[in-house]
Amino acid sequence: MYLLIVTLPLLGCATSALFGRFLGSRGAAIVTTSCVGTSFLFSLVAFYEVALVGSACTLQFAPWFDSEMFDASWGFLFDSLTVVMLIVVTLVSTLVHTYSISYMSEDPFLPRFMCYLSIFTFFMLMLVSADNLIQMFLGWEGVGLASYLLINFWFTRLQANKAAIKAMLVNRVGDFGLALGIMSCFLVFQSVDYHVLFAVANEWAMKESLAPESFVFCNMHVDALSAICLLLFVGAVGKSAQIGLHTWLPDAMEGPTPVSALIHAATMVTAGVFLIARCSPLFEYAPNALVVVTCMGAMTAFFAATTGILQNDLKRVIAYSTCSQLGYMVFACGISNYAVSIFHLMNHAFFKALLFLSAGSVIHAMSDEQDMRKMGGLNQVLPFTYAMMLIGSLALIGFPFLTGFYSKDVILELAYTKYTISGHFAFWLGSLSVLFTSYYSFRLLFLTFLENTNAFKQDIKNAHDAPPLMAAPLIVLAFGSLFVGYLCKDMMIGLGTDFWGQSIFVLPDNSNLSESEFSTPQIVKLIPLLLSTLGAGIAYWINNHKNSFVYDFKTSSLGRRFYTFLNKRWLFDKVLNEFLAQSVLRFGYSISFVTLDKGVIELLGPYGIATTMRTLSKRTSGLQSGLIYHYAFIMLIGLTVLITFIGLWDIVSFWVDSRLFLIFFCTFLFLPQRS
Amino acid sequence: MNVFNNLSTLIFLPLLGAILLLFVPNNIRLIRQIGLISALLAFIHSLFFWVRFDNSTAHFQFVEQMNWLPSSNIQLYIGIDGISLFFILLTTFLIPICMLAGWSSIQNYRREFMIAFLVLEALMIAVFCMLDLLLFYVFFESVLIPMFLIIGVWGSRERKIRAAYQFFLYTLFGSVFMLLGILFLFFQTGTTDIQILYTTEFSERRQILLWLAFFASFAVKVPMVPVHIWLPEAHVEAPTAGSVILAGILLKLGTYGFLRFSIPMFPDATLYFTPLIFTLSVIAIVYTSCTTLRQVDLKKIIAYSSVAHMNFVTIGLFSLNPQGIEGSLMLMLSHGFVSSALFLCVGVLYDRHHTRLVRYYGGLANTMPVFCAIFLFFTLANMSLPGTSSFVGEFLILVGAFQSNTFVATLAATGMVLGAAYSLWLYNRVAFGNLKPHFLATYSDCNRREFFMFLPFVIVVIWMGIYPQIFLDTMHDSVMHCIEHSRI
Repeated sequence: MYLLIVTLPLLGCATSALFGRFLGSRGAAIVTTSCVGTSFLFSLVAFYEVALVGSACTLQFAPWFDSEMFDASWGFLFDSLTVVMLIVVTLVSTLVHTYSISYMSEDPFLPRFMCYLSIFTFFMLMLVSADNLIQMFLGWEGVGLASYLLINFWFTRLQANKAAIKAMLVNRVGDFGLALGIMSCFLVFQSVDYHVLFAVANEWAMKESLAPESFVFCNMHVDALSAICLLLFVGAVGKSAQIGLHTWLPDAMEGPTPVSALIHAATMVTAGVFLIARCSPLFEYAPNALVVVTCMGAMTAFFAATTGILQNDLKRVIAYSTCSQLGYMVFACGISNYAVSIFHLMNHAFFKALLFLSAGSVIHAMSDEQDMRKMGGLNQVLPFTYAMMLIGSLALIGFPFLTGFYSKDVILELAYTKYTISGHFAFWLGSLSVLFTSYYSFRLLFLTFLENTNAFKQDIKNAHDAPPLMAAPLIVLAFGSLFVGYLCKDMMIGLGTDFWGQSIFVLPDNSNLSESEFSTPQIVKLIPLLLSTLGAGIAYWINNHKNSFVYDFKTSSLGRRFYTFLNKRWLFDKVLNEFLAQSVLRFGYSISFVTLDKGVIELLGPYGIATTMRTLSKRTSGLQSGLIYHYAFIMLIGLTVLITFIGLWDIVSFWVDSRLFLIFFCTFLFLPQRS
Repeated sequence: MNVFNNLSTLIFLPLLGAILLLFVPNNIRLIRQIGLISALLAFIHSLFFWVRFDNSTAHFQFVEQMNWLPSSNIQLYIGIDGISLFFILLTTFLIPICMLAGWSSIQNYRREFMIAFLVLEALMIAVFCMLDLLLFYVFFESVLIPMFLIIGVWGSRERKIRAAYQFFLYTLFGSVFMLLGILFLFFQTGTTDIQILYTTEFSERRQILLWLAFFASFAVKVPMVPVHIWLPEAHVEAPTAGSVILAGILLKLGTYGFLRFSIPMFPDATLYFTPLIFTLSVIAIVYTSCTTLRQVDLKKIIAYSSVAHMNFVTIGLFSLNPQGIEGSLMLMLSHGFVSSALFLCVGVLYDRHHTRLVRYYGGLANTMPVFCAIFLFFTLANMSLPGTSSFVGEFLILVGAFQSNTFVATLAATGMVLGAAYSLWLYNRVAFGNLKPHFLATYSDCNRREFFMFLPFVIVVIWMGIYPQIFLDTMHDSVMHCIEHSRI
C-alpha cells in the first residue's frame, strides 16, 4: 500500500499519456483524479500508521546503481516527516486535479494536462519518500521537469516559453549545488543513504567517526559539514525560490492557475524546506550553515514581501507572498525549529492553494484578465470567491486563531527567543514582513473585490462564480485554512510532542521551544498582530481613499523611484539578464565560436596547413629555375650556414632551443599568401 | 555450434552480408532486406556473448588466436572483457537502426550504402575485440575509410568534401604519432600483444613520450578541445546514419583507447598527465556548452553537446577510481544511445523539411505530437535527467571526479546547468512556440518505420536509467582490473 501511494499517480499519468486519446478528456480526468485520490486515501492510512501510531517504516527493494562504495538504491522511507508531506501533496494534488477538470474543461489538451499533473505528483512523492539522497534527487529533478512542462502548457505563448525555460534553468543552478552537496556527502561519509549519513553525522560530531573533519573543496580547506550543508542549501535556495534564485517563481505564474496552486505554492517550492528538515541531523552540527540559512530566509521573507506590495498582476502578488512565506519556513529551519517550519509548510499549503485557486476562479470569471487594476467591485458578482479569498488572506496574514496564526507567530517568537544576532535579524525582518504581507493581501482584496470597478463591462457581465467542481476544492481548502492550525498545533509543535519521532533531529542546545513558550515578553507576542493590523489599516487608507497625500507621494520623484524599484522586483532580473546571461551568450558566440573555433583553431589547423602547403610548394617550385648557377648559389649558401653552425656550435647552441622549432613552424602558417 | 561461440564469426557475419550484397540483382527490396537481416543477425549473435559472458573475471573471454606475421611475432589476437563487450553490443545495435534511418532518405547508391555500413560494422567490431596493438591500429584507421565515403558520398551539401577532408586530416594527423608509439613499443618489447604489454613496465620518461603519442591520436577522436573542430563539421555534413555512427561509436574509440591502452599501460604517465586531461576537459565542457548556446544548426547543436559529454567521459576516466571509470563507461554507452537518437530526430525533421536551421522550426508539438514526445524524452536524457541513462553515467563521473579533485568536479558540474540551457532552448524552439507555416509545408508525424526506429532507444535509455546494475556488474571486474593496473 505504501508503494501504491507513490506509484498510483504514475499509473494515472501513464494511462492518460498513452491512452488519453481513447479515453477522451473526461475519461483521462477521471482516471488521473481517482488515482491521485486513492493515493490520498492511502496516505491517510499511512499517516495514521506512521505518525499517529508511530511505526516508521522503510522499504528497500532494489539496487539502482552501485559502484564499489557508492551505493544508490531504490528504497522508500516513511516516517512522520514523509507522511505529513504525503498528506499535503496528495490532498492538494487531488483537489487541484478536481479543480482542473472544470477550470481546463475548454482546453482540448486536458489529458495531457492531467498527465503532467500526475507525473508531477509522482515525482513529488518520490522526493518526499526517498530514503537516500540520489533517489531524492530524482524526484527533485523530476518536479523541475514537471514544472517546466506545466508552465509551458500553453506553449504557443512566448512568455510561457520564457518562463518555463527560466524556471528549469534557475532550478538547475540550485540542482548544481545540490548535486555537489550529495557528492560531498559521499566524499566525507562514503554513503548517500539517509540512515547512514545521519547516524555518522552524530558520530562525527562526537569525534568518534573516521570521516574527515574537513576536506578540500575548490582548493580551500573547508569544514566538512558546513560545506555539505551549504551546498545542500544552494539546492534548497533554487527550489524554494530564496533570494538570488527566486526570479523564476513569479515568472512561473505564466502557467495555468491550478499549476500555480499545486506546484508554485503548495508543494514543489516547499521541497527545499523539506530537504533542510530532512537533513536536520546534518544541519544541526553545522552552526555556521544555520546562520546562513536564517539570514537567507529572513532576507527572502522581507524582500518578497516588499516586492509584493506593488505588483499589479493578481497571481504575481500571491507568488511573491509564497516566496515570502518560504522565507519564513527557511529561517524557521535556520533557528533549528524544523518542526515549526514543516507545520508552517503544511498550513501554508492550505491557505496558499486556497488563494491561488480562488485567484483562478477570479481569472476564470474575468475572461482571463489578471491585472488587478482592471478589476474591482467583484465582491458583488463573485461573492463565494470573495469569501474564499478573504479566508485565505486572513489565514495568510496570521489573523488570530486562523491557521497562519499558529505557525507564523510561533516562528517569530522563536526567532526572538533565539537571542542570537541572526535570530534577531530574522525576527525584525520577519516582523516587518508581516506588515507588508498584510498590506499586499488587503491591497489585493481592495483592488479586486472592494473598490469601485475598473473592469470592462463585458467581463463583468460574463462573470460567473465558481462552478461546483471548482467550488468543492475551495471549500475543502477553506476549512483547512480555518481549522488545521488549531487542530494540529499541539500535535506537531506542542511542547514535548513525540509526533516527529526520529525524523527530525534538534540538538538539545538548539531547542528553544519552551523558552519561547514561557519567556517571550507580551509585547513581542503582540508585535505581529499589531503590525498586521497596521498594514491592513494602511492598505485601507491608501487604496480606498483617494487622498491628496497619497497622490502627491505617488507622483513625486521619490515615489516614482520607489515604485519602479519595487515594481521591477528590486531589479534582480535586469542584473541577472544583463550581466550574467548576456555575457555567457556573448562568450558563446563571439569568443568561443567566431574567434576560436572558426578563427584561431581553424587557421592553425586544417586551413592554415592547406594554404601554407600551397604557398610553400609554389615557392619551392619557383626555386627549380633550371639555371645551374642558381643551384650552385643555394648549395654554397647552405653549406656555409651548415659549416658555420657546426664550427661555432659551442657558441650558437646556447641560442638554439628545440622549442624554437615549434615557433618556427608556426610562422609558416602566417605567411602572407601571394595572389 | 562451436562457430557461434567465436568472435570471428561475429566479425565475418556482416562482411558475408556485404559480399552477398555484391552479387544480388539490382532489386532494392532484396538489397535492403539482405542488409538489414545480416545486421540484425549480427546483433542477435552479439547478444549471445553477453549472455555467455562471465562477470566474475577480468580476463579476456572468447579469446581466439592466429599467427598473422609469425616472422615478427605479431598475432591476430581477439577477445573481449567487460569494457569492450558493451561497445560491440552498441555497434551491432546501432547499425540496423542506421540502415532504417537511410531506408527512404538515401536515394542513390543504395547497394553501396548497405555495403558501407556492413563493412563499417565488421571493422568496428574488430577494433573493439582486437587484443593486438598493431592490428588495433590497423582497424582503428580503417574505420575511417567507410566513414570518409559515407560523409563524402551521401553527405548533404557541397561542403561535405571539406568536412570529409578535415575529418580525415585530423584523425590521420593524430594517428601518425600513435603509429610511431606502437613501433617504439614493438622495438622495445618485441611484441604488440597488449596482454604482455600490460605487464611490462616502462621507464617514466618513455611512458610520458608514449602516452603523448597515444594521446595525440585518441584526443582527436574524443575530441578534446583544440582538435575538436572536425566534429561539428563532419556531423553537419554527414547523412543521418553517418552522424549516428560518428556520434555513437567513432567518438568512443578515443575514450576506449584511453581506457584500454593509456591508463593501464602507462600508469605513471597517466598520473603525470591527469591535470592536463582535467584542464582540457573542463575547458571543453564549459567552452563547447557555451558555444552550443548560440548555434542555429540542429546537428551542430547536438554535435557540440557531444563534445561536452565526451569530455565528461575523459574526466571520469582519469579520476582513476571505480565510480569515475564505470560512470564513464555508462556515459559512453548512454551517449551512444542518446545522441544517436537525437541525430535520428534531426534526421526525421530533415527528411520532411530539408532544413536544419532552428529558425525555420517552431510549434511542431501541434503537428507532430508523437515526434515531439520522443524528442522531448531524448532532450531530457541529453541533459541527464535522473531516470535516464545519462544521469547514471554523469553522476558517477562527477562522484568519481569529486573524490579526485573537487575543483574539477565543480567546474564540470556547471556543464549540468549549461547542458540544460542549450537542450531546453533547442527543444523549445523546435517543439513549442507558434507554427511557422511559411517555412514548413509538410505536416506528417513519425511514420511506423521511424517510430520503431526510436522505440529500442527509448527502452534502452529508460532501462539503463532505472536499472543499470546489469551493465555495471558486467563491467565491474574489468574496471577494477584496469584500476589495479594503473595503481601498480
